[in-house]
Amino acid sequence: MSVLAHVFEAAGIATVVLSSVREMAEKTAPPRALHCEFPLGRPLGRPGDAAFQHDVLARAFALLSLPSGPVLVDHPEVIQADESPLACTLPPRFDPSLPPAVDEARGLRRAYDRALARRGVTSVGRVIDADGVPGALAVLHAIAEGADWKDAGIPGGNTTAVCHDIRTYYEEAALELADGPVPGGRAVEDWYFEQTEAGATVLKARAAIRDGGGKFPVWFYMTPGQR
Amino acid sequence: MNGDQAMRAHSATLPSPVFEHPAWVTPPPLTRSTVAIVTSAALYAAGDEAFGAADTGYRLIDRDRRDLVLGHWSPNFDRAGVAVDLNVVYPIDRLEELAAAGTIGGVAPRHVSFAGNQPDDVSTIRLDSGPAAAAALRADGVDVVILTPV
Repeated sequence: MSVLAHVFEAAGIATVVLSSVREMAEKTAPPRALHCEFPLGRPLGRPGDAAFQHDVLARAFALLSLPSGPVLVDHPEVIQADESPLACTLPPRFDPSLPPAVDEARGLRRAYDRALARRGVTSVGRVIDADGVPGALAVLHAIAEGADWKDAGIPGGNTTAVCHDIRTYYEEAALELADGPVPGGRAVEDWYFEQTEAGATVLKARAAIRDGGGKFPVWFYMTPGQR
Repeated sequence: MNGDQAMRAHSATLPSPVFEHPAWVTPPPLTRSTVAIVTSAALYAAGDEAFGAADTGYRLIDRDRRDLVLGHWSPNFDRAGVAVDLNVVYPIDRLEELAAAGTIGGVAPRHVSFAGNQPDDVSTIRLDSGPAAAAALRADGVDVVILTPV
């Protein structure tokens, strides 16, 4: 973002960056930056809070009236990521003949469909659509149980893409199922990796690919780096 | 160390280009400025070209589109926030409200999305796709951009 600020400014457009990594803003020194110590992925801070978002924008736009730069100021509020998993009921076991993650994914389908109908758009679809999620989890389950990942039939042949699709399917369904306020940053990620069969399956498959000689990019980006 | 702390610590170690002679533009008063959003969330309008895994290009998003897909390839940030409220990444409704209130001069007809996970040298967005996107916004009469990172 800070690099793009320099590029756009050079093209004759005034810029303000909402910085998310202060050290990067310090090093790259865009003309104007408001550092926002908010959860990564939420540069305006609070989903569903128009007043807070307007406060962020007002502080950012105020920098446009300064006569010179670079200028880097901090938003006064710090919002920490929520490390408590989202409270979201998972479907009960329905078909014991299936791997648990496959059964679970099938059980979430109605919630996913409701989310899609309400939002009108989904971010599932890099290499599979919702119909492909149970099958993709069956492949990852097989890898986790010892199948050779190289000929297991990973959809699209792309571990990163298929894991994005599975996780997005779960997260969109979970947001439809969960009650209460908007979950904090990382709460839905924590729910997925720590409480769902799918998350556990992805983690096991990732370890199996790593231990089975998969190159770093093949397994590492299947989950957030800290996992 | 939680996920955000780990990512911030890692990002702080990444190389960053030095701009020896940075440009500085004094915009018109905000009440007369046309404002656009430039995000690195890899958002794109449903039906438009998806972002590839090492995509150095950009997508233009028409002002009235809200059916946006999150095409970012990094697993290292929260995606639930933008699923609940697009404005937490792409504050298009906030800009419309500011324009209606007369706080800003207007909302740009098109906005820009890049993917945040760029190659370390960032040479393409610096020399090619970045200037091309800026030219598109200039052609639309944009005076100010707000850049939102993911």
